[in-house]
Amino acid sequence: MTRTVIAFLVGLLFGIGLLVSGMANPQKVLGFFNVHHWDPSLALVMAGAIGVALPGFALAGRLDKSVFGEALQLPKARHIDRPLIVGSALFGFGWGLAGICPGPALVLSGAGEFKGMLFMLSMLCGMIIFEKVAAGPTART
Amino acid sequence: MAIDELAFTPLQSLVGGVLIGSAAVLLLVLLGRIAGISGIVGGLLKWRPDELGWRLAFVFGIALAPVLFGLIASPPSVEISAGNPLLIVAGLLVGFGARLGSGCTSGHGVCGLARLSRRSLVATLVFMATAFLTQFLR
Repeated sequence: MTRTVIAFLVGLLFGIGLLVSGMANPQKVLGFFNVHHWDPSLALVMAGAIGVALPGFALAGRLDKSVFGEALQLPKARHIDRPLIVGSALFGFGWGLAGICPGPALVLSGAGEFKGMLFMLSMLCGMIIFEKVAAGPTART
Repeated sequence: MAIDELAFTPLQSLVGGVLIGSAAVLLLVLLGRIAGISGIVGGLLKWRPDELGWRLAFVFGIALAPVLFGLIASPPSVEISAGNPLLIVAGLLVGFGARLGSGCTSGHGVCGLARLSRRSLVATLVFMATAFLTQFLR
């Protein structure tokens, strides 16, 4: 129960971060990819997030367990492989088309934006297609 | 390349970024999990009963942020210029691509870079480059 409440509150903080940063607005995200009228805001969002997460993760890495007693589940993969490159390229293609990535898709859906929900549903379909066709040989969580 | 001075919001974006980074650190320190949204949402599509609760709660936390934020401040304006067919294509690409590439802007772009992961650096450079290219060619 405590875990659930904490996950909810941390998700809420993440979502508020997206709203405050302007990244829940797809048009603003697309401004970062517009070379003629460049809006560098996205770079500052990443700088702020990484600026906190870099020392935070370094300190967290020294913990044996999380505060609620679970092992830290950090990704173990190290190799640069074809799924990483192809998947990231397809993701970037979709992101550049609409200016929406998974976090903002959730915020826009929760805000009741029809287009946000449409994107969210398509995104879930894309994930289901991945599970059906591609997850076998490259399965990882 | 000219900076769009009117659109640029350095302070809000930096503060918002700090909130996002703080959430990522809290999720790892408190629950031992990486705040990769595509991984968490994608994980909901697999039958993992022990992982279901926190994943759903986290996802609902993000989705309810605009509702709760709207109670204390006016919610920021949102503009989605893409038409419906384009949104469907983009959504499919984002969902499939993020799962195949093991992450998205949050998992690779924030958490992975903060962990100094070479895989995440490559992933971030690739999706940034294709996103720029997509906008440039449109």
